[in-house]
Amino acid sequence: MVVNLFHNYYETVAVILFSIGFTTLLLHRNMIKKIIGLNIMDTAVYLFLAAKGYIVGKAAPIVVDGVQSQKAYINPIPAGLVLTGIVVSVSVTAVMLALTIRLYRRYESLDIDEITMKANMEG
Amino acid sequence: MDFIRNFPFFGIFFCMSSGVINSILPGKWAKRVSLTAITANLAASVCVAYYTIKTNVSTVFIMGHHPAPWGNEIRFGILEGCFATFFCIIMLLSVLGGIKRLEEDISEKRSNLFYVMVNLILAAALALVYTNDLFTGYVFIEIMTIGACGLIVIRGEGRSLVASVKYMIMSLIGSGLILISLSIIYDITGHLLMSNIQETIHVMVENGQYLNPLTTSIALISVGLAMKSALFPFHSWLPDAYTYATSTSSAILSSLISKAYIFLLIKIYYRVIGIDIIFSNKMINLMFAFGILGMIIGSLRAIYQDDLKRMIAYSSVAQIGYIYMGIGLGTHAGMMAALFHIMSHSISKAMLFIAASGLSTVSGRSCKYTHLQGSAHRNKVAGIAFLVGALSMIGLPLTGGFISKVYFAQAAINDPSSWKMIITVITLAISTLLNAVYFMRAIICIYQPVKKLPKNIVRRKDYRMTFALLAFIVANIVLGVKSDAIVQLITFGLGMFN
Repeated sequence: MVVNLFHNYYETVAVILFSIGFTTLLLHRNMIKKIIGLNIMDTAVYLFLAAKGYIVGKAAPIVVDGVQSQKAYINPIPAGLVLTGIVVSVSVTAVMLALTIRLYRRYESLDIDEITMKANMEG
Repeated sequence: MDFIRNFPFFGIFFCMSSGVINSILPGKWAKRVSLTAITANLAASVCVAYYTIKTNVSTVFIMGHHPAPWGNEIRFGILEGCFATFFCIIMLLSVLGGIKRLEEDISEKRSNLFYVMVNLILAAALALVYTNDLFTGYVFIEIMTIGACGLIVIRGEGRSLVASVKYMIMSLIGSGLILISLSIIYDITGHLLMSNIQETIHVMVENGQYLNPLTTSIALISVGLAMKSALFPFHSWLPDAYTYATSTSSAILSSLISKAYIFLLIKIYYRVIGIDIIFSNKMINLMFAFGILGMIIGSLRAIYQDDLKRMIAYSSVAQIGYIYMGIGLGTHAGMMAALFHIMSHSISKAMLFIAASGLSTVSGRSCKYTHLQGSAHRNKVAGIAFLVGALSMIGLPLTGGFISKVYFAQAAINDPSSWKMIITVITLAISTLLNAVYFMRAIICIYQPVKKLPKNIVRRKDYRMTFALLAFIVANIVLGVKSDAIVQLITFGLGMFN
């Protein structure tokens, strides 16, 4: 079991990073750190995907020198998924940052608990 | 006739592109474009539903002429056609019903942005219903999340800002779980199209390979989608979001967005994993437990609320619990009951939110019970609609809610060997009782006789809301009276689903 963890160290690291990001996003009180957590979480998934698509000793899937055999290249699909994922992640990060700016202008705080308290007092 | 096969794609594309155009149009035109897009999609979905019922096969539409393992696919059978039609109807009626309140809540200058969100959400909902590709599903889940956030925040008040941030946090955690689950599924099967994944998973399970990653991915995707659809322990974002959003937004959020996620979950269970594997998996017991807890605790919290919209929001938590309990029963009858409850609950909940907005408009724009006293006399149609919706939630005969409770009970009793039977039946009884407690309180409050009407309240007729509420009432009664036909369609649709 432990040997497997060391053998697949990319995946292990990805899962550890995912948990770090997940916990930060869920539990941290500071909005900016929450967003950083979100990005760590998404990036961990990209690491996971990229590690799964990589085959040792193979080239990037761009045809050069006329080599067309699929055995020469790594799997391009995870890379495509990572790109799509990055686009999604950038847009949700932008939305979150925009919301944070609005919150900060209104409540002058980045602490979500404090913001909630102030909003509740507003009535 | 075969041309209809193109309609799902055309519908999604038209809805999405008109949404983008809306962002530069003035509010009035954006409203027209948006309503046109919804109506066009409704017509297209009706055609698709008719086509699937006529041909009685599940049709695969290949995007861009790239065949199976490489290209992207849309797949539609009876269930997809029916649910697409249903979502379009809900969207149209919710927008129509709340349009006047919306114009009061949002400044004319920004109102086009609301219609951008409406179009995006409808496009995403249709895409989730139709798509046959897991990763496309993920992308549209995110589009829907952003759209929903926009719907909550559009009023621009402090409380709705905070509510939308809370929604985003829970939702993004859910997305993260879904994404990693999809990655695991892709890694163990090597496919992204639902039908290919299912074939591979069947072979894997027969050979006993990769069972742990499979269970992990089922658990992650179930929890991820449960977070997004506000199943009980993950519902913390829901009450604020529904309460502080404008009434159309609340109706769309509760009736369309969370239901589209549940539909996707059921679709993943059938199409991607294979329903037999799901039924033998322990994961659905967790869904069952959460559902049961949600039914009780959601209802208990609803009793304590003194705000009508907040009460309806907590009632949503309870009703989502019903749906997950149906899924968790682990039988085909349970799934069928869950799908029927998605329909009946969507219609009643959207109706309740629109009616609540109608009632609060004639009570000084407040949803507190103390202000709402006797409001049903001031706005008769909204009062009747609220009454019908409440009775449907409690589960009185002739309404959709009654039929879904009957099917839940039947699904539980049909499987007497299971330990879930007795729990389901008892919880249904308790939950019905609790529903009756808080809805009766609301009904008594709004129908309280008042001696004289307050003079300062403007009573302008809102024909669009009246129309929407009447249509909701009719739809609810149709669900209650003509349930056999709908249940038959759902059963056929589920049969086509694998």
